[in-house]
Amino acid sequence: MPRTREQLAERAAQELQDGFYVNLGIGIPTLVANYIPAGMTVTLQSENGMLGMGPFPYEGDEDPDLINAGKQTITEIPESSYFSSADSFAMIRGGHINLSILGAMEVAQNGDIANWMIPGKLVKGMGGAMDLVAGVKRVVVVMEHANKHGQSKVLKSCTLPLTGTGVVSRIITDLATFDVKPDGAGLELIELAEGVNLDEVAAKTEAVYTVSEALKAG
Amino acid sequence: MGKIYADVTSALEGLTFDGMTVMSGGFGLCGIPENLIAALRDSGVKGLTVISNNAGVDGFGLGQLLGTRQIAKMISSYVGENKEFERQYLAGELELEFNPQGTLAERIRAGGAGIPAFFTATGVGTLVAEGKEVRNFNGRDYVMETGLVADLSIVKAWKADERGNLVFRKTARNFNPMMATAGKVTVVEVEEIVPVGSLDPDHIHTPGVYVDRLVQTVSEKRIEQRTVRSRETA
Repeated sequence: MPRTREQLAERAAQELQDGFYVNLGIGIPTLVANYIPAGMTVTLQSENGMLGMGPFPYEGDEDPDLINAGKQTITEIPESSYFSSADSFAMIRGGHINLSILGAMEVAQNGDIANWMIPGKLVKGMGGAMDLVAGVKRVVVVMEHANKHGQSKVLKSCTLPLTGTGVVSRIITDLATFDVKPDGAGLELIELAEGVNLDEVAAKTEAVYTVSEALKAG
Repeated sequence: MGKIYADVTSALEGLTFDGMTVMSGGFGLCGIPENLIAALRDSGVKGLTVISNNAGVDGFGLGQLLGTRQIAKMISSYVGENKEFERQYLAGELELEFNPQGTLAERIRAGGAGIPAFFTATGVGTLVAEGKEVRNFNGRDYVMETGLVADLSIVKAWKADERGNLVFRKTARNFNPMMATAGKVTVVEVEEIVPVGSLDPDHIHTPGVYVDRLVQTVSEKRIEQRTVRSRETA
């Protein structure tokens, strides 16, 4: 069975490590915040100018001066800090954020990512996505394996305009998990979702990849 | 010379002209100078180039200036929440320049600091880098981006003292501090103007040197995505 949205978020939460500063994208990545393991200290960054993001407020406690990058009302926690957009992106572009988990329209086997623009449609803008993929130490993509037309989103090369080149380290889809090996060495399939087999992934993936020794042995 | 003006209309008096460039603070509808935007609309100024992370929503924030066709060009990172924007853009009535959000923030910071250009890894190998100089430093490619300045910056802060020292509140700070530095003239609307000496000098976010005019206003502070959790599940 393919992973559900919640299962994708739960799997992505395994990428977190104690002490990490993390930026979560909009959509499934936002749900990762619900699966931070107990006892682990993870600080969430919101690129509109906050470190230490708290949960959504109780009804009646909403503060229009306190929102996340998705423009949702949020809350502060004792460790929170606020700063300007320039400071926020200095943090991101200066390599001070450990991990970015974000969605994508396409990812290529060399680590290229496209997630901001479909030519011919109204383009809303890239927001902070290009800064995040260029600056954060480790970029993990969480997405559906195929688009709504059933076509693979894990590709030999992206067809859509790029957000960044050679920046993705790991791809977690509803079917499988791939590592993008460094120095252009390509993709390695390292994990299958429960009930998904190698043949199914092979049939639904356009990119070329190797299969990890552990999976072959499995 | 006093910096305090009685209302937003007089705070913009003599500062507006057709074809001018205006920076407007805020992220979404959070921390936008909503009363100064309304005054800009009422001034009737046309052909504006507006530098702002977003474009407001229909009928509120910068959406008001779009409704009256006063904006000719936007420089933004994300404009998704505005149907009138979409209509004018698709009809070719509105020019649009997308900047990555961090590049936009840094262009404004650089402009205000007298730095004409800088290099960043953001956007290398993408449409954003087309036509721009790319240079390799220590084995990595970087694209040159230029600093931004404006004829006028309109800014929202929480508190100011009478000399224009500013304090922002929570995530309403966002683009406001940099924009305050990058306007030839900077006009700030605040919720409260306090006497000199009542703000802790160590807690001032923007020093008064960047602020030309101040006006105390009451903000509606609209919420774009009201998101709450229920008390039962807590």
